[in-house]
Amino acid sequence: MVRSHVLVCGGTGCTSSGSAKVIDALNAEIAAKGLADEIKVVKTGCFGLCALGPIMIVYPEGTFYHSVKAEDIAEIVEEHFLKGRPVARLVYHEKEAEVAVATSLSDTAFYKKQKRVALRNCGVINPENIEEYIAVDGYQALGKVLTEMTPDDVIQTVLDSGLRGRGGGGFPTGLKWKFASGNRGNVKKYVACNADEGDPGAFMDRSILEGDPHAVIEAMAIAGYAIGADEGYVYVRAEYPIAIHRLEIAIKQAHEYGLLGENIFGTGFNFDVKIRFGAGAFVCGEETALMTSIEGNRGEPRPRPPFPAVKGLFGQPTVLNNVETYANIPQIILKGVEWFTSMGTEKSKGTKVFALGGNITNTGLVEVPMGTTLREVVEEIGGGIPGGKKFKAAQTGGPSGGCITAENLDTPIDYDNLIALGSMMGSGGLIVMDEDNCMVDIARFFLDFTVDESCGKCTPCRVGTKRMLEILDKIIAGNGTLEDLDKLEELANYIKSASLCGLGQTAPNPVISTLRNFRDEYVAHVVDKKCPAGVCKNLLQYVIDADKCKGCTLCARKCPVNAISGTVKQPHVIDSSKCVKCGVCMSTCKFGAISKQ
Amino acid sequence: MKKKLTTVTFHGTKEQEEQLLAIIAKHRDTPGALMPVLQEAQEVYGYLPVEVQKIIAKGLDVSYEEVFGVATFYSQFALNPKGEVAIAVCLGTACYVKGSAKLLEKITEVIGVEAGATSADGKFSVEATRCIGACGLAPVLTINNEVYGRLVPADMPGILEKYM
Repeated sequence: MVRSHVLVCGGTGCTSSGSAKVIDALNAEIAAKGLADEIKVVKTGCFGLCALGPIMIVYPEGTFYHSVKAEDIAEIVEEHFLKGRPVARLVYHEKEAEVAVATSLSDTAFYKKQKRVALRNCGVINPENIEEYIAVDGYQALGKVLTEMTPDDVIQTVLDSGLRGRGGGGFPTGLKWKFASGNRGNVKKYVACNADEGDPGAFMDRSILEGDPHAVIEAMAIAGYAIGADEGYVYVRAEYPIAIHRLEIAIKQAHEYGLLGENIFGTGFNFDVKIRFGAGAFVCGEETALMTSIEGNRGEPRPRPPFPAVKGLFGQPTVLNNVETYANIPQIILKGVEWFTSMGTEKSKGTKVFALGGNITNTGLVEVPMGTTLREVVEEIGGGIPGGKKFKAAQTGGPSGGCITAENLDTPIDYDNLIALGSMMGSGGLIVMDEDNCMVDIARFFLDFTVDESCGKCTPCRVGTKRMLEILDKIIAGNGTLEDLDKLEELANYIKSASLCGLGQTAPNPVISTLRNFRDEYVAHVVDKKCPAGVCKNLLQYVIDADKCKGCTLCARKCPVNAISGTVKQPHVIDSSKCVKCGVCMSTCKFGAISKQ
Repeated sequence: MKKKLTTVTFHGTKEQEEQLLAIIAKHRDTPGALMPVLQEAQEVYGYLPVEVQKIIAKGLDVSYEEVFGVATFYSQFALNPKGEVAIAVCLGTACYVKGSAKLLEKITEVIGVEAGATSADGKFSVEATRCIGACGLAPVLTINNEVYGRLVPADMPGILEKYM
């Protein structure tokens, strides 16, 4: 009889911090102590609190251990599993609470305001075992649609739920399905899943595939039934080995259980899912480019219309949705439209998963109802900014999005509000920046990304983004002028209106948004030739604090261009005109007298 | 990132070629075969030199130009062999905001190899990668697939020394 279940996160974040070793050590130690029949170790998907990985939860008591190392296992097994005393030093503590939270995880600030729909099974079940998914009502939704609903009923349900695409665009999912539903049975159709999560800093799709792959497969089969398709493709990033591995296992198991393949549930419905690997091209997140890539070509987008619902993969009608969108479907079918529409705002229903990253305490994955404010996400769930630094902006929508400033922190998050703020939902990357981040540098970072990732098919994007990048480089090098800012804006508008696909149409957004919200920083770069955040190397001046300088001469001797002068035991001075800003002086000074300003 | 043709001479073995032909035969008749073939070929050779691309073109009955076009389009396909010690620094947003560009600079300073290049002796290669998904450990880098996280530039010499 198993008396305890130990859930260890096997997501990419925790695997990177060593959870595989923890699992091996646990199994070995449990066997050594003769507890193998009493304590079961389960490798699950992502819990969300990646910053504190590897994470481990012991049930039934629900003890939440974090930052567990293989070396800690002997102690945990001895103290907790044998003697019933949780190892306090590894138990999760709330910042303000003195006492360790040993009981209810859902009471912690990180989880309290979260509502897990798409992530509901992540960190709860073993994703490599289909029976665990079935035990939490898995494949019931598929059974329900196949036996009780007509394809049109299914589409109507998804339409009524108000579910919108979670990959970035926010297009109503039901509408997409409806457009592709004509002529069922007479035309070959496809269902495709976009798991080519290209936004650097977003990883919710990966976590869902790692933690709950069957939910995506089930939803694709439901979509197949709704539009009349018998074949599905998952296009997943090759950089996600764990997700691919679990998806492969899941597809195989679904076949063994008759939940994929021919005559599913004896209803005569056939559906199969194949996996295709992306090869690292951001543009392939765009729907037509993704399909071109599955077809084995350079992933260049095609003009729309015709839309994929009419002419998609291999020229056939295709429905393409994102992983997170699919993860919502089975529960909408099972729990109903009313349940789903009870969450969210008027035009954005349900929940959204965000990947919290950057300068924030609780880096990780969070899922909140639409309409939650950014402040709640950043300050309460995210635990604020470490080191007492000041919040500067939150970037959403990745390279296609923009930033949200401190005064807009109380805006409820939904698709339309974010667009009104000059940003967008995007796939859900949410990067927090503090006073040490230079917004011009951040804009350059994103633009550099899009220049690199532009497929080159249309001129505004291929050439235009490159010209914008050159102007930004000029500004960062200290050679910018005020006219350059106008040129940036002008170019940005041309590129937005004339590019072929979503990549080009949104590529200037980070620049437009930072120009709008942080114009003073741009002005400081071009007029005062200063970088207020102290990031842009060419605009920094190294300065010696005369009060702290002991006149040891070390910096003067180390300076490769002899820019530092001064006599022994007297404060030294840096000649800015000679300085090449290598930073050697600052790193050699033993008294912390040199700073960048 | 712009791709450069390799200067390293091709040393494919008979065995590798047999594997490659088997891969081509396996995928030949599936629609959109080129990508999976390139991906599996790269697993066999570690990279995709012109010689390999030509075998693929012939095997799939497409032009070499088409194969080259696809191989150069996607960042995952490498035209250059990786070093014995393959360093990949994550330049995803979360890592960038936490200073991964400075790690890269430091690495170049220590071993003298720039991002996207392989050292002349084939020992080190340095790559700037997209998000590897370990954002909780930002900034991160991987060396031969081992993950190092929460780094500052000063950590680099010590870590690299292990591989020298």
